[in-house]
Amino acid sequence: MPIDLEVQSVTKTFGDFTAVEDVVFEVPQGQFFSILGPSGCGKTTLLRMIAGFTEPSRGKIAIRGADMAGVPPNRRPVNLIFQHLALFPMMTVAQNIAFGLQRRKENRSDIQRKVTRILERVDLPGFEDKTIDQLSGGQKQRVAIARCLVLEPAVLLLDEPLGALDLKLREQMKVELKKLQAQVGTTFVYITHDQSEALVMSDHVAVMNKGRFEQVDTPQNLYHQPRTAFVARFVGDNNAWSGVVRRCDGETVEIETAADQSFRTRITTPLEPGAPVELFLRPEAMIIQPDADLPNLNRFEVIVKSLLFDGANSRLLAHPINDETELLIALPQNRQFDHIRRDDRIEVAWDEQSGICFPAAG
Amino acid sequence: MPRRFHITLPLVCFLTPVLLWLVLMIVLPHVDLLRMSLRVEDIEGNVSWGFANYLNFFKEPIYWLTFVRTAVYSIMVTFMTFVVALPVAFYITKVAAPRFQGFLMMLLLMPFWVSELVRVYGWMILLRESGVINHFLTRLGILTQPIEMLYNDVTMVMGLVYTSMLFMAVPLVSVLESLDDSLIEAAYDLGANMGTILFRIVIPHAMPGIVSGSIVVFMLTLGNYLTPNLMGGKNSLWFTEQIYNQFIASFNWNQGSAFGFLLLVLSSLVIWVGLKLTRQKLSRVVQ
Repeated sequence: MPIDLEVQSVTKTFGDFTAVEDVVFEVPQGQFFSILGPSGCGKTTLLRMIAGFTEPSRGKIAIRGADMAGVPPNRRPVNLIFQHLALFPMMTVAQNIAFGLQRRKENRSDIQRKVTRILERVDLPGFEDKTIDQLSGGQKQRVAIARCLVLEPAVLLLDEPLGALDLKLREQMKVELKKLQAQVGTTFVYITHDQSEALVMSDHVAVMNKGRFEQVDTPQNLYHQPRTAFVARFVGDNNAWSGVVRRCDGETVEIETAADQSFRTRITTPLEPGAPVELFLRPEAMIIQPDADLPNLNRFEVIVKSLLFDGANSRLLAHPINDETELLIALPQNRQFDHIRRDDRIEVAWDEQSGICFPAAG
Repeated sequence: MPRRFHITLPLVCFLTPVLLWLVLMIVLPHVDLLRMSLRVEDIEGNVSWGFANYLNFFKEPIYWLTFVRTAVYSIMVTFMTFVVALPVAFYITKVAAPRFQGFLMMLLLMPFWVSELVRVYGWMILLRESGVINHFLTRLGILTQPIEMLYNDVTMVMGLVYTSMLFMAVPLVSVLESLDDSLIEAAYDLGANMGTILFRIVIPHAMPGIVSGSIVVFMLTLGNYLTPNLMGGKNSLWFTEQIYNQFIASFNWNQGSAFGFLLLVLSSLVIWVGLKLTRQKLSRVVQ
């Protein structure tokens, strides 16, 4: 599959500050690629370098094989959807969408036909003569997408465009955006700090931290096999313990946590006894009141602090008996655990295979 | 009715000066001006009423030629002020580092701390035959003998543009501040060049500021007396000078009043046409 976007060891420095450091990735044609990271991690700078608003200090950006060094934004085959969309308020919907086509000096009837067709594609037929302030948030979103897609860019860049929408609309737009991308087949590069947006929509996600890519992987792999402690903490919820390795026998280690709890967990790289480690566990990996005969479990008792009811996403907030560490425990809504109340003492457990363990930083 | 009293007292306090100012300074003088402009006195001092003063204006070419000249030059000055002020305002709001913006605005304001008279004399010191520029040009051997740079139309227009700069730049700065940078970037990203961005994005957005700045500059230029008088010389007659001549030199207050009224009609008319052409509403522009 041809590569639409190629970023080769791109670095951007502002004075002493390194915003983007040695980032390498490529996006094959038709992929939905997300860059996920906390605010200030350099993802917007990276996107602006791809769009052409800033030049990288080092490294190379190539779009469909063509080196983009020194090519201004108006000559690059990429388009950017801005965080606040940047629709032109002085123009109608049709004029907004036609703006890019007019710059290419396409003839009038072609422009009109393309505008009508793209508006149908984004489910806004007949909206040509509306002004921008007559549109709702979701409609503005779709006009902004239409304005870029009508130019058939090699890569469409999206800078957290769902950030300004309310929750319900955001959920809806996530699904719509994914569907639209599958329909048109344009390569999308999407940046966001919202892990749910990245996981739901993307084929591949790059997790970015302090200017570097921590891991580039499928959403499933990011969730189940994070490669760094940052990824484990940033993608999805996790319970975290810090501790020290007591024994290591190739596949599994025994870890003693700071609160003197002892856990067995699988490892990928061997660790020396005495090495400080960080241990992560997904809330849904916790089993409430496990059967007594299940093997290979880390069992312990906790006291329930509160019940966080949220439909399918309900959790228990609990802490071990002699410890104040708060733990999140997924609470399946199959009515089996309806008897659990605040301050109850219950047994929980987790399988040795579900823990994720990293050597502690520093 | 104590409640009503509480509402009206501040209202009266605030309205009284405004009403006094409007009635005493604007309405009464204009009513008197209108009365005088319709008063005709013959050589023997017999008073009659009619439009003779206005007819004089049309009969004497020097009057209406000066009138047309003043109008055309004022429009020109307004346009030139806009052309000069737009890049300045754009630089201050979009290009300069935010911490320099206040400083640059100060630089723009500073010349207006001194009176117009002093500023015009400043120009005269620079430009006159024995002035600073001529001195250096002759010293450097570029000119063999000094030339008179004052007392022509070019110098006068330059002086008027200089005098009006601030009144165009301030509304432009405030209207460009409200222009979202991402609109410019979005246009650039969609393939626009600098010219397209200027004419399709920046100017349409800045239109209310451009129109309000233009109205102020146009009115100030049309009614300016000092700059055309001092820098323009004999061949660059301004209509305000005609009014002055009628009042002071000819002592013909009736004729002067008629001219004053014609100037008022002219400025109102040009502004009305300007608003129609740019499809702006006065209520929106003055906000």
